[in-house]
Amino acid sequence: MTLELCIQYLLAGITYGSIYAIVAIGFNIIYNTTGIINFAQGEFVMLGAMTAISLQNWLPLPLAVAGAVAVTMLVGALVEICFIRWLDRPSVLRMIIITIGVSILLREAALHIWGDGVYALPYFTGNEVSSISVLGATISPQILWVIGTCAVIVITLNLFFKLTPVGQEMRACAANRTAAILCGIDTRNMVTLSFMLAAGIGALAGCVVSPITSSQYDGGTGLAIKGFTVAVLGGLGNSAAAVFAGLLLGIIEAFSVSVMPLAFQDAIAIAILLVILFVRPYGLFGDREAARLQEF
Amino acid sequence: MPADDTRTPNAPTRRSATILQVEEVGKRFGGLQALSDVSFTVQRGQIKAVIGPNGAGKTTLFNCIAGNLAPTAGKITFAGQRIDGRPAHEIARLGLARTFQNIKLFSGMSAVETVMVGRHPQTKAGFLPCLCRLPWTRREWRLSHKRALELLDLVEIADHAEKEATSLAFGQQRAVELARALATEPDLLLLDEPAAGLNMYETAELGRLIRKIRDQGVTILLVEHDMSLVMEVSDEITVLNFGQKIADDAPSAIQNHPEVIAIYLGEDDAQGT
Amino acid sequence: MRPYLPFPFLLCLVVGVQLLTQWTDTAYYLTQLTMAAYYALLVIGLCLLMGYAGQISLGHAGFFGIGGYISAALTTHNLAGVDNSLIRLLERLGLLAASTDMFGDPLLTVHPWAAAAIAILTAVLVAWLIGGPVLKLTGHYLAMATLGFGIIIYRIALATPFFGEADGISEVPPLPLLPGLAISGDFSARVTNYYIAWGLLALGLLLLVNLIHSRIGLALRAIHGSEEAAASVGVDTAKAKLKTFVLSAAYAAAAGIFLTHYNGGIGPSEAGIMKSVRYVAIVAVGGMASLWGALLMAVLLNFLSLRGLFGTYDDAVFGLILIAIMLFAPDGVLRLGIAARLRAWRQAHASR
Repeated sequence: MTLELCIQYLLAGITYGSIYAIVAIGFNIIYNTTGIINFAQGEFVMLGAMTAISLQNWLPLPLAVAGAVAVTMLVGALVEICFIRWLDRPSVLRMIIITIGVSILLREAALHIWGDGVYALPYFTGNEVSSISVLGATISPQILWVIGTCAVIVITLNLFFKLTPVGQEMRACAANRTAAILCGIDTRNMVTLSFMLAAGIGALAGCVVSPITSSQYDGGTGLAIKGFTVAVLGGLGNSAAAVFAGLLLGIIEAFSVSVMPLAFQDAIAIAILLVILFVRPYGLFGDREAARLQEF
Repeated sequence: MPADDTRTPNAPTRRSATILQVEEVGKRFGGLQALSDVSFTVQRGQIKAVIGPNGAGKTTLFNCIAGNLAPTAGKITFAGQRIDGRPAHEIARLGLARTFQNIKLFSGMSAVETVMVGRHPQTKAGFLPCLCRLPWTRREWRLSHKRALELLDLVEIADHAEKEATSLAFGQQRAVELARALATEPDLLLLDEPAAGLNMYETAELGRLIRKIRDQGVTILLVEHDMSLVMEVSDEITVLNFGQKIADDAPSAIQNHPEVIAIYLGEDDAQGT
Repeated sequence: MRPYLPFPFLLCLVVGVQLLTQWTDTAYYLTQLTMAAYYALLVIGLCLLMGYAGQISLGHAGFFGIGGYISAALTTHNLAGVDNSLIRLLERLGLLAASTDMFGDPLLTVHPWAAAAIAILTAVLVAWLIGGPVLKLTGHYLAMATLGFGIIIYRIALATPFFGEADGISEVPPLPLLPGLAISGDFSARVTNYYIAWGLLALGLLLLVNLIHSRIGLALRAIHGSEEAAASVGVDTAKAKLKTFVLSAAYAAAAGIFLTHYNGGIGPSEAGIMKSVRYVAIVAVGGMASLWGALLMAVLLNFLSLRGLFGTYDDAVFGLILIAIMLFAPDGVLRLGIAARLRAWRQAHASR
């Protein structure tokens, strides 16, 4: 394998890996505040991209993306308010089934709104043939958009959780819900907020990657399972580790294409998921004792 | 009632044989040493109690013996076999049964069904024979049903056999758990705070029941807070404090043990004998 | 005897429906009722796993797919002209079936019975191998792991030429049961096949009812209630869960085999995630721990779905059902109030 090809694969891996990382962070945000794994997380990504594609008919691209993020956040809030908020101490099984049901509804709604066609946003800069050269490898500038946007999302989220009062309240809610309630934090609103945040970053990620991967109504499930793989790989709830795990999975997948048929690419991510679940369910960086303390 | 350590059991068991031997057992949770260097033995036919203030490690000790936790140090021998670190179901099959401090019944099951689950080690029918409802599995089932009713009668809740176990009164739920443990036909029975939540009358009844069970040949090891019960039924008492054994003696000696008195000073239960 | 009381009613209902369709000249309904019965076979197996042993599986369509695809591939793959020692051995054992295709060319395939046996054994083996590690997981992890398994099977079906890729496999021959009695989609055998399907379903149900009202059934319900307490009385919880998983996988594979022979083919969507989710939805609507509820809902919902009543909203309907059930009646629709009222009535009478 030549160096150019290697770099090509590496950059493709990082591109996909960033998206997986964003989906995983979406899982983590909701998991931390509620203990729920939101199986509809992948649908937020799909919804963001599809909405932006439609809005882009009337609005300039940046506004279309912003509008799509806003709409998806609204959907995220609605999902939480309609299906999650008023359940009193639901069992894990019940939550799994409800969020799966939500993912089906979102997907079917998308099918009826947009049909089963494949769409894509235009390239943010340049077009499908424009390229830049990195160490001899030719890549699309959109890849830089994806990597850059994901980096900005991760950094902004970090600052949000560390510095803003709302972010700190959300962390308090994640650390100890009862204590947070006693401190006067409205944990219910924090849960709604976490759904909105997860939906928003998912939608943004969906928009930047859409020019490269294209979007279709059923694109969410695959992303959800890969995002979950990454979240588990990094240890559920640990977003910094999720970034690393996301890039790792993306790069493994990209290089697997050189030895495996493309059709089995998804199977690789899932096989990794299964192996990790069997061997280290508390994540690559997690701690066995700590994992046992979680409510599973 | 005054404690009387000259009492001898009329059970048909060998008084001398050791049934359970706990040697230098330790258990560490991360940075917390819950048990350290605990050793004691239980003789066949004995009623032995483990007491100690809250957080002394009594339930951890029980969980190590019953296989719900693996000790991080030491050795536990039951009826001549090493059992530390072995899974709970294997230990149960060797003839060691237990009840739980916070009652663990099966929701949706009647009392008699719950006790029949305890017959698991005594019965054999596997998946295939059960799928085909072979005649011998039905005979086995009827036998289990009969024995479960007997045991419910022993713990005096036979009237409630068909009621859902989790819907019974608190004391009755404890009785169902006890019958379920007895259904495994154990040699050694571990009772984890059997009197918790019972009133004085019920506790006295429980004491009578515990002795009745022992008289049928079952050795008993119990963790208990209620000193009147402990002093009344036990042949020997082990005292734990902060995960360590500080005394192991007959009830009368324990009552006069200076360290034990120091621990229990202020708890009126200690003088309740 | 009480658990067996509904069986005579089932018999009457099955015969009654057939007669009704005959008189009203609506025998075409029987096709969907036959298919619904095979789907119900899978659903009652899943019900045992979810409702009684308390383990979720989002990959049961994968086992259905294993059963259907292997029996379809083996019974359609032409071995005529292939000459090696394995084929000769199979031929000598009488495991091959010779016939001619529609152009009159010789066709040599694995006998449907041998194919079905291989398919079931494969499903059992796969379930055994993945069940060990998978069932150690709980909650979200178990759900995701089984979902992942389902997707892998789907991808394999979709990407393997031997399994027909996106087109699936067609021209699957009938599965002979007894002389003159075969599972086939042949128009003339519609009534017979309706009875075969319901007979197989009733047999499958009978076995499970036996199991539930036995020592093993008690142990499974105990595991569902409290694994720790079940283990404390000597129940090997890991082994019991694994065996239940394998059994329910065998039911799914059997359903896949039967339905594939009935339909004369199988496509990748049968192994897809949406199918798995649908089966979970049906078990949930039936009330989780209720074989009869699962049976009723499986037949009803699959029949309506197969009749095309939900149109393009097919999947959405099942999604909506899932959410509605979990939000408003997590114990299933059949238990909404009825069971509580029954219990109150029984207790009122018992106390008298």
